[in-house]
Amino acid sequence: MAARPLARAARAAPLRPFLPQSAVLPRFYSAPSKPSDPLSNSQQSAPSESDTTHFGFRTVKTSEKADKVHDVFSSVAASYDIMNDVMSAGIHRLWKDHFVRSLDPGRKPGGSPQQILDVAGGTGDIAFRMLDNAANLHHDLETSVICADINGDMLREGEKRAHAQGYLPSDRISFKVQDAETLDAIPDNSMDLYTISFGIRNVTRIDKALESAYRVLKPGGVFACLEFSKVSPAPLDALYQMYSFSIIPMMGQLVAGDRDSYQYLVESIKKFPSQDEFAQMVRNAGFLTAGRGYEELTFGVSSIWKGIKPLKK
Amino acid sequence: MSPIPPTIALRPLAPPHLRIAVRGFSVLSRPPPAYPHHVPLTTPERILLGAGSAIVSLINPRRADMIATCGETTATPYFIYRLRDAMLSDPVGRRILKDRPRITSKSLNLEKMRAMRDGTVGREYVRWLDREGVSPDTRTQVRYIDDPECAYVMQRYRECHDFYHALTGLPVVREGEVALKAFEFCNTLIPMTGLSMFAAVTLKKDEKKRIWDTYFPWAIRNGLQSKEVINIYWEEELETDVVALRERLGIEMPPDMRQTRAAARKAKKKTEKTAPPA
Repeated sequence: MAARPLARAARAAPLRPFLPQSAVLPRFYSAPSKPSDPLSNSQQSAPSESDTTHFGFRTVKTSEKADKVHDVFSSVAASYDIMNDVMSAGIHRLWKDHFVRSLDPGRKPGGSPQQILDVAGGTGDIAFRMLDNAANLHHDLETSVICADINGDMLREGEKRAHAQGYLPSDRISFKVQDAETLDAIPDNSMDLYTISFGIRNVTRIDKALESAYRVLKPGGVFACLEFSKVSPAPLDALYQMYSFSIIPMMGQLVAGDRDSYQYLVESIKKFPSQDEFAQMVRNAGFLTAGRGYEELTFGVSSIWKGIKPLKK
Repeated sequence: MSPIPPTIALRPLAPPHLRIAVRGFSVLSRPPPAYPHHVPLTTPERILLGAGSAIVSLINPRRADMIATCGETTATPYFIYRLRDAMLSDPVGRRILKDRPRITSKSLNLEKMRAMRDGTVGREYVRWLDREGVSPDTRTQVRYIDDPECAYVMQRYRECHDFYHALTGLPVVREGEVALKAFEFCNTLIPMTGLSMFAAVTLKKDEKKRIWDTYFPWAIRNGLQSKEVINIYWEEELETDVVALRERLGIEMPPDMRQTRAAARKAKKKTEKTAPPA
C-alpha cells in the first residue's frame, strides 16, 4: 500500500533533467545579503567607529542596540529563571549565592543601614539575596535595595516575585526603570553598594555604565560585577564554546520557544572582554581594585570584578 | 551554487532524494544561511532537536513551533526530496514551485471569499474558519531545511494545512487534527505527520475508538488513493465547486466529526441522567 508514493517518486526522476535548474530567482527565499558581500547595505555607508556596534555577532547601529536588547529580554522575561537553571544546570544559583555572600551587605556593627543599587537586576535574584543576607546575618531590616533595569517586563516579573515572597509591600526594595549608562534618577554619591549581575555585557557602552557607577557611589562605596568571562584552559574552552553555540540555542527553543534570543545571549558572552581587559576598564573608570581585580568562578565561566571608589580624588 | 556542502564522491552518487549530505562543518563554523532565518544544523543537532521537539509536541500539542520543528528536522533525508519531486512531476506542482505563492492572512482576501457562492472552495474555507474560530495566521517560518526549494515545499505544506481541514471537514479538536495528520501522512509521506498519529494515545477512550474504527481507515484509504494534495494551487481554486474538487482529487468526506461528537456527548449525558453514578 505504501508503494504508491514511492512509485510516483520513481516516475518523477526522469523529468528532472528537463526541468530548469534554478532558472528562476526564488522570490521568497533569496539569500540575505551577507556581511562580506561588497554590495550589501551595511558596507555602503562606510560607518565610523561610533555609528555601529555589535549585537552578538551581528553589526547594528549603536542607536538600535538598546532596543534590540530590550526586545530580547522582553521575550525571555517569563521563562528567564527556568532557562537559567536549564542552561547552567542550576550552577547560577551557587554563583549568585557566593557573589552576595562575599559582598556581605547589611549594617555592620557601629555602622548605618546600606543603600544598595542593583542594576540590570530585573527579576530580583540578587536583590532578594542581599535583603536576606542583611536580615539574617546582620538583623538589619533597614538596608534597602533599588532594583533598576532597562526592561519593564523583567521588573514586572521581579515585582511579582517580591510580592509573592513578602519583600513587598515595604520600603526595603523598590523597582525603577533605568538605563545603566545614565542612571538619571539616582543622585550622585548616594549608594554604598552598586551591583550588576549578568547585565553589563548587554549595555551598549560599557565605559559609560562604569562612569555612571562611579558617579552614584559614595566615596568608599563598592562596585561589584558578576558576568560571564573567558574559560581557560583551551580544551575546556573548546567544549564550552560547542555547548554554548549548539546546546543552549536548542534548549532555548525547546523550553522557551525562542532560539534567536538565546543565540544572541551566547554571542554576547563571546563578545565580552576578557577578565583582565574588563578589570582594566574598571580601573579606568576610577575604581581601585585589589590584586588582578577579579575572581574566577567555575574555571572562568563567570567572574566577579570588584572595585572601590577612592575616598579622596 | 548548492547551499549543501558538496558530497565526497567515493562511489557513484545516489539520486538527490536518496543522498545524505556529508556535513563538513562544526557548530562553531556554520555555513552562511541559504535563505532568511535558515539555521544549518549538524547531524547530531538535528537528531537531538528532532527527538526533543517530538517529545515536547507530544506533551504539549499547543506548541505549534515544536510541531513545526519536528517536521523540519525529520524531513531529511529522502522525505522532503520525495515531496518536492512529486511536485515537480505534476504540471500544477511545477507552477507552484515556480511562482512560490504564500498563504498569509494578508495574501488571502477573506471578505471577498465570504461573498463567494456557497459551495465554492473559498466560501467553504471561510465558513470552516468562522466555524472553528481560527484565522490564516502566519505559520512558523521554515528554518532547518537546507535546500531553499525544499524549505519552500515544507512552508507550502504548512500553510495549506487549513485548506486540507476545509477539504475534509475535520475540526481543530485533537481528534480532528490526528485524523487529518493520518490523511496527510498517507498522502505526503512527511514523517512528522506519521509521528503525530501516535498522539492518538492521548485521546479519550471513545475518541480513540472512533479514530481506530472510522477515521484512521478513512484517512489511510483516502490518503493513498487520492491525488497529491500538495499539488493543488489553492489561490486558483477558490472559485471551483468544492464537491467537484473532491471528486477530481478522489477524496470522500469522512463522517462529520463535530456532529458525531455532539451526538455522543448527548447520548452520554442521557445515560448519566437515567442511571446517575452512585
